[in-house]
Amino acid sequence: MRATVLVRPKQGILDPQGEAVENSLRHLGFGVAQARIGRVVDLEVEAEDAAAARAEVERMCEQLLANPLIESYEILLRENRA
Amino acid sequence: MSSPQPRIGVVQFPGSNDDRDALWALAALDAEALPVWHAETELPDLDAVVLPGGFSYGDYLRCGAIARFSPAMSAVAAFAEADGLVLGICNGFQILCEAGLLPGVLRANESLSFVCRDVRVRVDRADTAFTSRCRQGQELVIPVKHGEGCWYADDDLYQELVARDQIVLRYSEPVNGSLYDVAGVVNERGNVMGLMPHPEHAVDPLLGSADGALILASLVEAARDRALAAV
Repeated sequence: MRATVLVRPKQGILDPQGEAVENSLRHLGFGVAQARIGRVVDLEVEAEDAAAARAEVERMCEQLLANPLIESYEILLRENRA
Repeated sequence: MSSPQPRIGVVQFPGSNDDRDALWALAALDAEALPVWHAETELPDLDAVVLPGGFSYGDYLRCGAIARFSPAMSAVAAFAEADGLVLGICNGFQILCEAGLLPGVLRANESLSFVCRDVRVRVDRADTAFTSRCRQGQELVIPVKHGEGCWYADDDLYQELVARDQIVLRYSEPVNGSLYDVAGVVNERGNVMGLMPHPEHAVDPLLGSADGALILASLVEAARDRALAAV
């Protein structure tokens, strides 16, 4: 099972990286209202089924991949294709 | 009777780079300073522990996030749980926050720039084991050098910390965007403290300031009290 974890700065948390990129995009002439920058973690998970994989990845997020004080996470799962 | 030298361990993680300065400064302040390797699963007999500055494990993922899982950190957590004195400096502060031993988290500086200079910090509490040599409201000059020193807690947590008087140091000038200029916090029980400024780099006037010695000497004194009490 492949899992992709998207870690984002929580709403309301200042994101100076995102602000710098937002400003740069505006300088290039793009109409951008907001840019936020997070992190992507691609995982190959050994699990019996999708539910088990999701539960496992959620534990990874809680214990290490995200800091719940400042970050939210989203888990995307897909089967390995042979 | 001569007072015994308290034994203070300095944990060396891969990527620590202020461990030797911390060992030197503690020894200069009359402690027996011992390096503790990160792979150790047990601490030697110690009266206090210092987690030094640096970039443990390359600051991968988030600063302090990986160091938290090193064997020595399990031992440090047990030491803190048993009321042992623990001081985290810079990266050590980041590690203590990630480990849940101190409240809040250290994020990238608001400016996104690495800050490396002497800063003024105000002592909000002079009644902790780490600040007893200071006066309430005293301003100290201590250097900072960090890219991720912007301390953050959400509103509820911050109000709890203020109510429990856990904010020990605040910057007297803009430094990194830290919430309400927080530069150092202590845990609820008062035996674990973290700060971003580097007291170990300010223990001799030749280095520009000796104000850091007030903090480290407070720790040495508190550790000595523990050592005497244990005899």
